[in-house]
Amino acid sequence: MNWEAFWLTVRLATIVSTLLLAIGIPIAYWLTYSRWRWKFLVEAAVALPIVLPPTVLGFYVLVALGSRSPLGRWWESLTGHTLAFTFEGLVIGSLLYSLPFAVQPFASSFGAVDSKLLRASASLGHSPVQTFRRIVLPLSKAGLVTGFALSFAHTLGEFGVVLMVGGNIPGVTRTISIDIYDQVQTANYSSANQTALVLLIVSFALLSVVFGLNRRPWAVGPWR
Amino acid sequence: MRNLLALLFLFTGLAVAQDIVVAAAADMNAALPQLATAYTKKTGQTVKLSFGSSGNLTNQIRNGAPFDLFFSADEQYPQQLIAEGLASKDTLYRYAVGRLVLWVPSDSPLDLSKAGIQSLLDPTVKKISIANPATAPYGRAAEAALRHSGIYDQISSRLVLGENVSQAAQFVESGNAQAGLIALSHALAPAMKDKGRYWTVPLDAYPTLNQAAVVLSRSKQQDAARRFLDYLRSPGATSLLTSCGFSLPAEKH
Repeated sequence: MNWEAFWLTVRLATIVSTLLLAIGIPIAYWLTYSRWRWKFLVEAAVALPIVLPPTVLGFYVLVALGSRSPLGRWWESLTGHTLAFTFEGLVIGSLLYSLPFAVQPFASSFGAVDSKLLRASASLGHSPVQTFRRIVLPLSKAGLVTGFALSFAHTLGEFGVVLMVGGNIPGVTRTISIDIYDQVQTANYSSANQTALVLLIVSFALLSVVFGLNRRPWAVGPWR
Repeated sequence: MRNLLALLFLFTGLAVAQDIVVAAAADMNAALPQLATAYTKKTGQTVKLSFGSSGNLTNQIRNGAPFDLFFSADEQYPQQLIAEGLASKDTLYRYAVGRLVLWVPSDSPLDLSKAGIQSLLDPTVKKISIANPATAPYGRAAEAALRHSGIYDQISSRLVLGENVSQAAQFVESGNAQAGLIALSHALAPAMKDKGRYWTVPLDAYPTLNQAAVVLSRSKQQDAARRFLDYLRSPGATSLLTSCGFSLPAEKH
């Protein structure tokens, strides 16, 4: 069991799912309440990582972060090193890779809030932002937790993108799924078995939380 | 309609049965397609190719991958398969010796001819790509060469590992690493030839990369596979290998 890779992956998944909470809520808000005619195009773009092969994403990320791209050069002038083969690079790749797994549960829970409550809040003088903060967000807790847990679990299991932009550096970009791959390829099955089992248990526990929460959408949870 | 389907299955069945499937080390991914095409033209025998790091392919073969032939960048892997009864000893053939080179993109400020491998100490070199030493012979050769030159400890934090030597080449070719220790066959391949410069690492700096091919025991096309190996011994095939960046082995089996 490679604990260094395990904790690296947990750190990556925590950072990514926390950032997705910050990025995903505004996107989900917009997707829920916008009446723009071409909104479906944005919805399709957000959902892309679900169907796109990770290799496509990995390839684009590698090219976009590389020292030949404007973004890569800007980052290099700022920090002195390229984004590819760094932990920050993995964070960016994972943000894209897990975006729909956060945004979609957020948006569907926002959309499920009774519009009568929104109108009542507005008639009592609350601005849309106040209504969102005081009515929609508290009623969407299950969706927020679901999105957080799903993006966490999805990042935990990320492989293709990391393989293409990570460079397999121990303690920096060697994530748990890459470690398992290496163990299997070097016929080190007992070690691969242990690590895979830990990942299986963690993933099962996370998904159990998600499905447990969604069993009765509004009335569960110790936070009520 | 049913007849048509039956016919279709017959044809696809035949096509699959006739192909020989070759698992090959990533350093062969410029040379082997040319060899296969020439062989098909000559004999009508179709050859399907699958590339990866020699260690990964060995593991796939252990787990029943349906390959007929295995081209390894390191003789040690075919030897292991022979010892495990998965490959036939009498077919083992050293077809070439692989060469390791230090490669930098054209716009690199490094003067390879002057400093050789020591130029990796230059502060502009942020990342150095090599193949993963755990599964790729070129990765082990690169590590050995770095240790041999005494700079391994100074630059080890800058190493990035490709899944095989092709990925290591791609990392440096795409500009994401500033230098790479890769196969000469990659440096000479059309995709990279005009994009950079290379310095050939001296042979005494790393254990010889004896490239060896072997027919796999599980193959149902032993004869066809052996014939392809025979073709590799022909002058046409050996000259193509040399032009692709391989040296010929001093002694032949």
